[in-house]
Amino acid sequence: MKAAPFAYRRAESLEEALDLLATHGAEAKLIAGGQSLVPMMAMRLARPALLVDINRLPGLKGVAFGPQRAVIGATTRQRDLELDAALQRAVPLLPAALAWVGHVQTRNRGTLGGSLAHADPSAELPLAAAVLDATLVLRSRDGGERRLPAREFFLAPMVTAAREQECLTAIEWPIWDGPGVACAFEEVAIRHGDFAIASAACQIQCDAEGRCRRAAFGLGGVAGTPLVFPDLARQLIGRHITDALAREVAQAAAARTEPGSDTHADAEYRRHLAAVLLRRALLRAGAAPARAAA
Amino acid sequence: MSEAPPFRYIGRRRRAVEHRRFVTGQGRFAADIALPGLLHVAIVASPHASARIARLDASAALALPGVQAVLTGEELQPEIEPMLPGVDAPEVRRFPLARGVVRYAGEWVAAVVAESRALAEDAAELVEVDYDPLPHVVDPEAALAPDAPLVHPAHGSNLLFRREFVWGPVEEEMAAAAHRLSYRVRWGRSATVPIETFVCTAQWNDAAGLLDVWASIQMPKFPDLLARCLRLPGNAVRVYFDVDVGGSYGVKRGLKHAILVGYLARKLGRPVRFLEDRLENMRGGDMQGPDRIFDVTLAFDPDGVIRAMRLRALDDVGAYAGRSPFQLGKPVGAIVGPYMIGSVAYEAISVLTNKTPQEAVRGFGQSPTNYAIETGIDRIARFLGLDRIEIRRRNLIPPERFPYRIPSGTVYDSGDYARVMDKALAAAPYEELLRQREALRAAGKLAGIGIATCLEPSGGNSSFEPLFNPKNRTTTWMDSCLIRVDLNGAVTAIMATSSSGQAHETLVSTVVGEVLQRDPDSIRVIHADSLSALPSNSPVGSRMAIMLGGAAAGAAKRIRAKLLRIAAHNLGLPEAALEWRDGAAVPREAPERALSWDRLVEIAHREFHNLPPGMEPGLQESFVWEVPTGGALPTPDGRVQMYPCHSFEAHVVLASIDPETGKVTLHRYVVGHDCGVMINPDVVHGMTYGGVAHGLGAALMEKFAYSPEGQLLSGSFMDYLLPSAMEVPPITIVDHCTPSPLTEFGQKGSGEAGYLGAPAAIASAINDALAPFGVALDALPMTPAAIWRALRAARTARAAVEPAREPA
Amino acid sequence: MTPKPEPITVEIIVNGTPRRAVVEPRTTLVDFLRDHLGLTGTHVGCEHGICGACSVLLEGEAVRACCLFAVQADGLSVTTVEGLAPARGALSRLQDAFCEAHALQCGYCTPGMLIACHDLLSRNPRPSEAEIREAIAGNLCRCTGYQQIVEAVMLASGQEVAHV
Repeated sequence: MKAAPFAYRRAESLEEALDLLATHGAEAKLIAGGQSLVPMMAMRLARPALLVDINRLPGLKGVAFGPQRAVIGATTRQRDLELDAALQRAVPLLPAALAWVGHVQTRNRGTLGGSLAHADPSAELPLAAAVLDATLVLRSRDGGERRLPAREFFLAPMVTAAREQECLTAIEWPIWDGPGVACAFEEVAIRHGDFAIASAACQIQCDAEGRCRRAAFGLGGVAGTPLVFPDLARQLIGRHITDALAREVAQAAAARTEPGSDTHADAEYRRHLAAVLLRRALLRAGAAPARAAA
Repeated sequence: MSEAPPFRYIGRRRRAVEHRRFVTGQGRFAADIALPGLLHVAIVASPHASARIARLDASAALALPGVQAVLTGEELQPEIEPMLPGVDAPEVRRFPLARGVVRYAGEWVAAVVAESRALAEDAAELVEVDYDPLPHVVDPEAALAPDAPLVHPAHGSNLLFRREFVWGPVEEEMAAAAHRLSYRVRWGRSATVPIETFVCTAQWNDAAGLLDVWASIQMPKFPDLLARCLRLPGNAVRVYFDVDVGGSYGVKRGLKHAILVGYLARKLGRPVRFLEDRLENMRGGDMQGPDRIFDVTLAFDPDGVIRAMRLRALDDVGAYAGRSPFQLGKPVGAIVGPYMIGSVAYEAISVLTNKTPQEAVRGFGQSPTNYAIETGIDRIARFLGLDRIEIRRRNLIPPERFPYRIPSGTVYDSGDYARVMDKALAAAPYEELLRQREALRAAGKLAGIGIATCLEPSGGNSSFEPLFNPKNRTTTWMDSCLIRVDLNGAVTAIMATSSSGQAHETLVSTVVGEVLQRDPDSIRVIHADSLSALPSNSPVGSRMAIMLGGAAAGAAKRIRAKLLRIAAHNLGLPEAALEWRDGAAVPREAPERALSWDRLVEIAHREFHNLPPGMEPGLQESFVWEVPTGGALPTPDGRVQMYPCHSFEAHVVLASIDPETGKVTLHRYVVGHDCGVMINPDVVHGMTYGGVAHGLGAALMEKFAYSPEGQLLSGSFMDYLLPSAMEVPPITIVDHCTPSPLTEFGQKGSGEAGYLGAPAAIASAINDALAPFGVALDALPMTPAAIWRALRAARTARAAVEPAREPA
Repeated sequence: MTPKPEPITVEIIVNGTPRRAVVEPRTTLVDFLRDHLGLTGTHVGCEHGICGACSVLLEGEAVRACCLFAVQADGLSVTTVEGLAPARGALSRLQDAFCEAHALQCGYCTPGMLIACHDLLSRNPRPSEAEIREAIAGNLCRCTGYQQIVEAVMLASGQEVAHV
């Protein structure tokens, strides 16, 4: 399992990286954490002619907080995000999702942007980005900056709307202001740290009486991309998230899934899990603000 | 054990001497052997389960700079002897590289040799092979149909081996018993999957005419088989047993790898290494495990006492076989488990299919058999409304019945099964588990308690060879040890096989230290090479505590006897007047005249004039030990003494299942374990913990799954799931000691401990959890999806009867 | 024009010593350590980022050395199992605890396991059993069932080992 030969350039600046991408097009591939890319190269499922390393570009790292949003550099390590207390308060769904991502060693190396760009439909971070509809900031030498909502970014398994000359530079996460925000991430995998058989994520804001003011949720592992359900989310507004409501909404969401089958789980089981996990996530997040307020 | 052992070193805590090199990164594994000019191999594998090789063109690969050779089956096969299955099936011929046809997806078609592994992989991609796909068969029952495609047409059938044994009046007992219960269970294709893949490095020396081999091997008679397949005399192959093996538990038997590498090294005149990568290992490493369908009928009385058993085991060995058919033979030696079942009919069937071949797995077929039997014990209990512990109590062989001969002819040496089960239940404690089960159920979970009481036959004999192959007359499976004491009095013990984590150096030094009453930490243990080694049959069949321990003790006793003779001669005393105390020869009546270790060694090495007449000078002794109880051929009706010693384990486990997702959580795991006298308790416990974890994998998540097209669906570590520290629960081991009367110190084997009962116990817990729904799972692994499907079926069935009720 | 996969000179500080070598870009860090430097203590188990046998510390943090090309570590510091002991012939507290608790059998996963546990203890000197299990969940061991590894980490962190 040795990668096919490739040339390597460590970009010293974003401009250099973008220039290499523009020059070499589909033959070039960016590497950030490499936790998915390197195994794929070892299996020769990916065989770029040129690997452009963006790990050391200082401008692509770190978390900055702006009005109503947290801006995270694309090559910020997952482990750093997991341990970021401010982020925990501002975008709680992101650390909640990270708790399910791989292991310490992979999170020490893996990056936020790398996971999103890889776009595995079972991965946790794309689901979190889709649920909160984070904004992906893409740059290219000739096209400048382009901003895409996460929900338009993921197109199919391992396929995104990023163009081959583009580099994902930052991800902007909306911060839900005010009290009563809670989130939940539910997942079933046979083994801890593996990609999910199915997963569900939600972020909910409730008023003091426990009625839902704002809601977003989605499902992972049950279609070619993470799925989100803004129309179903609107049905929660103004209501208490009861078991019946959560069940109804979750089942409506699960009915829209298009899961695949593999050796561990068939489509039917995945669809069932989607309903179960989303119901649980909604109930857990819906119940949490009441406790927090009390 | 309740009282202190009557030993100085045996049974006491002692750090394993191997550990220090491993924690400092100084182990020496086969992949660590660096030879100048080393060449590397990559494999071109068949993408088809069954096909004719229409064309193979390696010219593009050979044109790549740095590529030294591309070897095909066309070239190799005429130059070597085939590997044959252990059973009498001479037309099921197996070679490292396919020629003409391929019989499974992943089968090696060509080997590319290059200056680096990466380059070899580059070249392997350039080897062009055209295949004409042929009909294939992946289901073992379908493979027995009259019109099934034949995996080996020359063999004439996909039936590799079949024999039916009848031990005792099975028909009469079946008819006379009050009840008969029949069921089918399926053991999924899993294996031991060590973290180290198979590695082999070989170097040919033209001048000496000698092939040196470093391999991660754990295989009986490997050097002899390798030499024979390469058409070399045995003394032209030297296998180094001082290579650390990165886990095996049965499967590290890369004979085909070694033949390939040995041939290449000789052909090319340069050292060659084949280091399987993980994908090659899973698909073409030929290390998948038993894959069995059991059809069982138990006949029993209303009190739950089992009178007779009919067991049919159909095992899918894959496309070729080595020793794998014997994995149906070893369980003959414990075919009734720990129970007093009076008569047994056993039908053993090995079937060829277009899948990766099967290799020996920890327990050599016993764990699947235990699972099949234990499932039946639980089912009888459920059928009769009896407690599962009570029914075991009524059937377990009581301690006063030992030695106990089972219907298939094997005598169990010793045991106190009910007591070990009781100790495990008390440690749980069982009443608390019952309470927790109810609490979990009240909280909306499904919860169950699993019980399994199983045997671990130990002392690895090979009586299954003559039992399954009348042309094979093997009745010894000896092991040996050579001890030398140097002029300065230091002791070196030499063992004749490699180790894969069993702490043999610790075992031997402890035993030799015990006999000689010398500090074990002062005793060095080394691994010979195959040309300097005494005979060994390698660490298989939980045999080394018994066999290597016995051989080491035997050699040490000879050293001790020689020193006592020297002392008697020099002191002018009869030997009977001396005793061996603290490593010295001490006259009982005049201890002040004792001759010290150093003095005795000095005499042995330098003072021929002080040696008793006729004694050899120097101080070295060997001992080759026949397996206790070994040495006899089976009877014509297939009764045989299989292994000498029988360890026992009782598992108690509390599990819960998320009723909506099918996900299993283990809350409590207790193993009562009796392997006689433990030479090193930490080592025994370690193997038992590991065995439980391995069994958990087999029970819940590990499976080599195949598509209908014969493609392996779980060929990477992303799909073939080894349990992590998050899935394996804390485990409590409760020791008990019933010494074996057959061994030097009362020890039995323990290398397969835990694994032999864990799958049965976990399956038992899951089915106990599902019992309120009236469903049971009958196949391993019991994955969340499988559990969910069973629950859904139960709910659907129940809803049809009671439409208003929601069960969970 | 397609770029050529030219070899690259790297300098990596391994166990405190700068090590310079010319490597193919496709050489992983673990192959670099083993094949170029002869540091065979770090093992290869799966080469696709699951088993953890190849774990090393990169700039003090545990990473999988099969999921990183050596060229990416140019100028960075790497600690392998060979670099854990305080001196030649000595053992670190963790290494000593592994020996004492019989936290290994075949020794193949052990170097990666030690790295994972070292990483844990460096940021959490008194981890709970649950924290230990989570920290080693990315390191597969087929011998031990993990129990004596957990005990070794408890021992190394000065905590009572509950022999249940």
